Amino acid sequence: MVWQLDVVLLAFAVTCAAGAVAVRDLLASVILLGAFGLFMCLLWIEMGAVDVAFTEAAVGAGITTVFFVVTVFKTGRTGRKKLRVLPLAATALTGLLLYAGSLDMPPTGDPEAPPSVRVSPRYIERGYAETNVPNMVTAVLADYRSFDTLGEVTVIFTATMAVLLILRRSDDGRPT
Amino acid sequence: MITRQESVIVRTTCGLLAPFIQIFGLYVIVHGHSSPGGGFQGGVILASSFVLLAIGFGPGEVQRRIPRPALLACTCGGVLLYAGIGVACVLLGANFLDYSALPLPDARSLGMLGIEIGVGITVAAAMVSIFHDLITFE
Repeated sequence: MVWQLDVVLLAFAVTCAAGAVAVRDLLASVILLGAFGLFMCLLWIEMGAVDVAFTEAAVGAGITTVFFVVTVFKTGRTGRKKLRVLPLAATALTGLLLYAGSLDMPPTGDPEAPPSVRVSPRYIERGYAETNVPNMVTAVLADYRSFDTLGEVTVIFTATMAVLLILRRSDDGRPT
Repeated sequence: MITRQESVIVRTTCGLLAPFIQIFGLYVIVHGHSSPGGGFQGGVILASSFVLLAIGFGPGEVQRRIPRPALLACTCGGVLLYAGIGVACVLLGANFLDYSALPLPDARSLGMLGIEIGVGITVAAAMVSIFHDLITFE
């Protein structure tokens, strides 16, 4: 990890995020959100989390932007003029809570952190011998934590069904 | 939605790119074992090729080739494949999703491949389905 690179990428990411909120043209906002996803992806790569970065590039910077662009074209391109106080306060409070929570996290790469002394060595030492899969992330996601991944796929499935039920209607307003 | 312009350049480019994107998506799905990627990322890449085709040839053309019932079946089928592998493990006397019970050589690796393919099918079909629903919504 090179902390200078981290700082630069984080500065770009924060700038894009702030721009996405501040800009009134919603299409510009969506594009800035895609750029934010790209910089987050670069940050993950810099931290060595290549699988997460790949997901962020495909989902965060890619298909989500497509969905947002289509939605902007279908609804309207101009956002609200004035900043609303309540949502701003709610997000600021959530951000502060998350920051306060992150202070209790062990430092990145700390070998004495609880996850690093219990489950991680088990995966690193015996994962390949047990599963014969070189990519440890895949072995953990698809084998050791397979039940979690089943839950994630169910979330995707449920979201698709929700979109289908909301958007797919015939002319008389009844679901098709 | 903005009106679609008939453009030979856009159509040809999209048509040329789509198969390569699809091959790459399939590669990412089945190669998640030894390189970054997996069903999730590969499924999204696969879906993005259909989005590109919809941009080049119009959403109607893609919808004619991939009808909605087929997309729905794939969305459900991927989850069912995933859960089905888990249930098969239970029927073979092991825990849910314990692939080592499967009567295959290298069972845990192949079990993972099976569920990655299930994830890929569901994610790809789900993304294309959401895209179609959004773009055809009036």
